[in-house]
Amino acid sequence: MAYLTEKFGSARALHLFAGAGETVAVARVPAIKASAKIRSKKASHGTFLYGLPLLGLFFLLWEIAPRLGWLNRIFFPPLSEVLVAWWALLASGVLIEHIGISLQRAAIGFALGVVVAIPLGLLMGRYSLFEKVSDLLVQTLRNTSQFALLPVFILLLGIGEESKVAITFYSSVFFLLVNTISGVKSVDPLLIKAARSMGTSDFDLFRKVILPASIPSIVAGARLAVKSSLFAVIGAEMLAAKSGLGFLIQNSQLMMETADMYAGILTLTVIGLTVNYLLVWFERWATAWKGQSETSLI
Amino acid sequence: MDRIVVSDISKTFQLKPGQFVTVDGEATDRVTVLDGVDLSIRKGEFITLVGPSGSGKSVLLDIVGGLTQATGGDVQLDGRRITRPDPKTGYVFQQYALFPWRTALANIEYALEVRGVAKAERTATARHLLALFGLAGFEDRFPNQLSGGMQQRVAIARALASNPEVLLMDEPFAALDQQTRELLQGELLRIWGKINTTVIFVTHSIDEAIFLADRVVVMTARPGTVKEIIDIDLPRPRDGDIRASAEFNAYRARVWDVLRDEVNKAQKDWTLSPAFSH
Repeated sequence: MAYLTEKFGSARALHLFAGAGETVAVARVPAIKASAKIRSKKASHGTFLYGLPLLGLFFLLWEIAPRLGWLNRIFFPPLSEVLVAWWALLASGVLIEHIGISLQRAAIGFALGVVVAIPLGLLMGRYSLFEKVSDLLVQTLRNTSQFALLPVFILLLGIGEESKVAITFYSSVFFLLVNTISGVKSVDPLLIKAARSMGTSDFDLFRKVILPASIPSIVAGARLAVKSSLFAVIGAEMLAAKSGLGFLIQNSQLMMETADMYAGILTLTVIGLTVNYLLVWFERWATAWKGQSETSLI
Repeated sequence: MDRIVVSDISKTFQLKPGQFVTVDGEATDRVTVLDGVDLSIRKGEFITLVGPSGSGKSVLLDIVGGLTQATGGDVQLDGRRITRPDPKTGYVFQQYALFPWRTALANIEYALEVRGVAKAERTATARHLLALFGLAGFEDRFPNQLSGGMQQRVAIARALASNPEVLLMDEPFAALDQQTRELLQGELLRIWGKINTTVIFVTHSIDEAIFLADRVVVMTARPGTVKEIIDIDLPRPRDGDIRASAEFNAYRARVWDVLRDEVNKAQKDWTLSPAFSH
């Protein structure tokens, strides 16, 4: 039962974070895998080229709608003004500073998530008693919103870096944990038998068989975890911070510097896209032995 | 000299709570798959094990390989009781069981890696074995880039990497097409002729059993025990043509004769067979 909730849990998470046309391969869910394979062929180049005109139209509208007075220019400056503001922020070094701080917070939280979730997931997936004991607590924690916990983190850890890292950690750790567990559980028992027949020690079994066999599932979880920690850090910075992209956006809105606000939002979009492409590339590299790409590029 | 001595081995499986099977008209949650197996295997001998589905051939192999504990009796390898996988034993599975994230070379190296062999030495051994199996040039291929026959060659090479004194093979060629199967039977005999490892080979194919073996061990239907051991007195080295010979046909008739009743019995036992058919 615990296994089922996890599987469905992670499947639900997929829907939460996967936009249209996006699929993430999850071990042992043949339907998802199959559709992902078909999509990946079309998606890799075709979608990008076919999608450009509509994106271009969107940017064009953004440019002309405020100029023609369809939208209030104060709240919604034309794209060209946003780009000018963006360039100014970039040239002054302010933007880079904010980006660096946000990415650093997300990265530290994510890294902590990896360090905690993978060993824990290996144990929970392998030893059923361990899972039986800890499953309910994990389910309880992971169904509590990280943003609801931000005040708690602030009370416990203060307004500084620690509370931001805590929220990014909390946002990433469960995706990693759940996918590590399901990866471990879906390791082909025959491979374990073969490893044992060659006299593999318990430690080597984890290191050389169970962990590598779980990598596709773990990496799929890592994709969700990275996005989740990026979202979380922006949210946290908008609520309680004096730096970072979330702060930049929130503060620009308060100051009515709307061009700066949109520049911050655009920056986030670019970062999100870039990180996603990097993660897809990493996933392909890490699972190259499967022979076929199982994820789409978007 | 006897290398492996199997004495009075029995194995009973306890089903999961709530699961029952009907044995001789009675519902039970315990299934006896092996009951009093005695078998002595000489050093360097090639033994094939045939028997109907559910006769516990694979379970017997697992017990000899130290992967499963017997419920009763014991197995000795060179006079020592087997309780866990022995470094002197290699195991080959029907479904190859190669690590898909490792290349052909790295799969073979694995067997040496977990035994603490130094990197340079294990690479050299693995390369040599790949060449021996006609797979030079395929070192860097992942298993899913190899055909079934090639994968099984790699799996056999991996089992031989540690220079085992006993090679256990569980229907290793059952998933292959007929031509590849016969090709690999020939290759196996060729390589076995060079290294003289003791082999226990489980198969469903009577032809394969006769072609490979010094002795064919016929198992009874469940609960499995040794029904008869047939000495195969065909000259070695053997090639494919031997299958057409009169002696081979006589052996074929003989093995089938011994096996027929047991297969019929096993057919009636079909309620159990899915769970133990492997």
